[in-house]
Amino acid sequence: MRADQILHPTEAGLYCPPGDFFIDPVRPVPRALITHGHGDHARSGHGAVMATRQTLEIMAIRYGEDFTDTRQVAEGVIRVGDVDVSFHPAGHILGSAQIAVMPQAGPKIVVSGDYCRAPNPVCAPYEPVPCDIFVTEATFGLPVFRHPDPLLEMERLKASMAEFPERHHLIGAYALGKAQRVIALARQAGIDGPIAIHGALQRLCQYHVDQGIDLGELVPATADKVEAQLVIAPPSAFASAWVQRFRDPVIGFASGWMTVRARARQRGVELPLVISDHVDWPQVTQTIRELAPEEVWITHGTEDGLMRWCELEGFPSRPLRLVGYEDEPE
Amino acid sequence: MRAFANLLERLAFTPARNAKLRLLRHYLEATPDPDRGYALAALTGDLKLRAVTPGLLRGLMAERVDEQLFAMSYDFVGDLAETIALLWDTDRDDDVPLREALELLSKTGKAGLPPAIAGMLDRLGASQRLAFLKLATGNMRVGLSARMARIALAEMGTPEVADIEEIWHGLTPPYAPLFQWIAGGERPEHAARAPFRPVMLSTPVDLDQLRAFDPADYTAEWKWDGIRVQAVSDGGTRRLYSRTGEDVSGAFPDLLEALDFDGAVDGELLVRRGDQVAPFGDLQQRLNRKQVTKAMLDSHPAGLRVYDLMIWNGEDVRTLPHQHRRALLEAAAFSSPRIDISPLLPFKTWDELAALRDSLPDPVIEGVMIKRRDSAYVGGRPRGPWFKWKRDPMVVDAVMLYAQRGHGKRSGFYSDFTFGLWDGEQLVPVGKAYFGFTDEELRELDRFVRNNTTERFGPVRSVAPKLVLEVAFEGLNASARHKSGVAMRFPRISRIRWDKPAAEADRLETLKDMIP
Repeated sequence: MRADQILHPTEAGLYCPPGDFFIDPVRPVPRALITHGHGDHARSGHGAVMATRQTLEIMAIRYGEDFTDTRQVAEGVIRVGDVDVSFHPAGHILGSAQIAVMPQAGPKIVVSGDYCRAPNPVCAPYEPVPCDIFVTEATFGLPVFRHPDPLLEMERLKASMAEFPERHHLIGAYALGKAQRVIALARQAGIDGPIAIHGALQRLCQYHVDQGIDLGELVPATADKVEAQLVIAPPSAFASAWVQRFRDPVIGFASGWMTVRARARQRGVELPLVISDHVDWPQVTQTIRELAPEEVWITHGTEDGLMRWCELEGFPSRPLRLVGYEDEPE
Repeated sequence: MRAFANLLERLAFTPARNAKLRLLRHYLEATPDPDRGYALAALTGDLKLRAVTPGLLRGLMAERVDEQLFAMSYDFVGDLAETIALLWDTDRDDDVPLREALELLSKTGKAGLPPAIAGMLDRLGASQRLAFLKLATGNMRVGLSARMARIALAEMGTPEVADIEEIWHGLTPPYAPLFQWIAGGERPEHAARAPFRPVMLSTPVDLDQLRAFDPADYTAEWKWDGIRVQAVSDGGTRRLYSRTGEDVSGAFPDLLEALDFDGAVDGELLVRRGDQVAPFGDLQQRLNRKQVTKAMLDSHPAGLRVYDLMIWNGEDVRTLPHQHRRALLEAAAFSSPRIDISPLLPFKTWDELAALRDSLPDPVIEGVMIKRRDSAYVGGRPRGPWFKWKRDPMVVDAVMLYAQRGHGKRSGFYSDFTFGLWDGEQLVPVGKAYFGFTDEELRELDRFVRNNTTERFGPVRSVAPKLVLEVAFEGLNASARHKSGVAMRFPRISRIRWDKPAAEADRLETLKDMIP
């Protein structure tokens, strides 16, 4: 069986005919395999969903228990139709997985979903899975993206908090994954006091704590007077009237995009923190070298840069041009 | 240079002036000599380095990165120095002294420069690489004026800003004697000729307030709409300073040549064609130029209208009463027709002066200056001896088109407003205003923006064109850079016209007719 008979892009997402399932479909389908819980990958309304236990639980928190008709926890190797599938840690957010698709005859395909190889205190580390075809993201698929050690970024946050002790520091971070990682990194960096969180982060932070991840003392950032100097909120909150309760705050944003000054300026950020849950350029190129697949398929991001690298390094590659995935999900 | 790189990054993203001052002060306090002095000079544009060309930098990259990947990266990042800083591949991050980096740039010969720059980049982490490349290309752009640097210095120790301004132009990087003085040591001597001296500023006044004073104690003269300058000619050295002590001599060689006196005078820099004073916009075209073309010198000749004397024929006359200085000024013979004396206005009562102010004889006059006859020339803005009584601002009724979220104390509030006027059936943006309203009005404006948003672009929203804002402004220039063809000076929102329908807002022609 040829590779594109096993998996090919459709308008609804990546489709596997022999298994009759979609991976991370962007519209409701009868059977979906989901890599992780970010809204652009995990949507509600599918007939059946297979994902890691944590991803299923996260989807239930976000969409309600009735987000799908039937659900199946992915454990070990599972037969779906005529193919075997298995889930492996992707190091992106809590519960995130790569999905290996193994036909009885033909190439083994690994769909990495979003993945990251930097240590992350809130999820299991990425595991390389040998394969014939590696399906990778290219969110940061240009050589300008080399994410620094996130603890160094935390030192910059601490320095600013010391330099402006009278000002709240409001750090924008996506509600699932990034927010909890920033909090855990702040703890690692020795920020011990209470950290205030926006209401939209409450349930997902509690879920991380329930999973045994220590986030320290969290207080709500909803009162008129917020008693913590460090406040974490989803990016959407910064456009809302919520932010008006803070007098002269330092606005920060934790994202891989903060590498590029123009991006930080567009957001009106005073303290850009380069903290990413995606592979940067050295990581994505290192991963492809390590796995040495026969072919690289690129799902979304700045695929031109990564394709050029594959060409220079002699890895056949092609873009899947999947639509519906955001640069970094809200 | 690590701390310097960090400072540059913070300054680049920090909009608030006070926060910038604090960042700079902390840096200067924590950094040893000579690096802090060099950093100060780099930030205020007082480092004279040979600029490294973009071509040289591109050449370095061509040896290291695939051409296509470089092109894609540059396209994404949009800034050459930043692209190279991000692309440069090294694991090292040595804390290289700023002095060493600057010496490399100033002392390396042309042929040796590419390998020297590459060798330096190999030793630096990403943020230091960017700082180094910004130094090398001479493009700091962190929004820090020399004036702000001097304020930060004043906050570090006992000398006042005016004291620092007075000796600033005699100092050279890395300013060790200045830092010693601030730390409690001796005041550095005036080393340079033609130093800047702190300028005397006035406070605003109105007719009611003036009635408390005897008009006989005061002189009055026109307040010209040019740039307040201090022209100094001292033993052959001639300089032209802005009122904050920036040396603007370079842009005005024609006027510099005319300063054939010995002294320091206070006056208004104007573009003048014969007796005719040109609008402020003409003067603006002469500003911020490193070199002035011959054509520009001919078409936009600079002149000086003298208000006052500070130093005259070797004597410091600042402590003399204003009327004595005025007598000296009127006795002075300026040989160049570029220089003349600001005439005094005849008036006996404040009402007579008010009548003069109500019928200004020239559109390039922005009001009257009122000075106590017995006032000494005192740097700074003392309350009382000098008043400015500006003409009433011009106003138009414009329609709010876009709103942008503010920073700092206005975080979360839509506080920067773009407004437009009717041009046919269209509303054309004519300017932007972000003050003039009270905190309560700001809350109302914010609510209006949120309830009337039609589109969002990042921190900017376009709003339904229905709120009329009365915009006051001080002057108007024709401008090729603005789509509307006009640029307002100092626009602010003087009233919110909740009552006025947008269709009744002013037309673009009305505004254009106000151009002098």
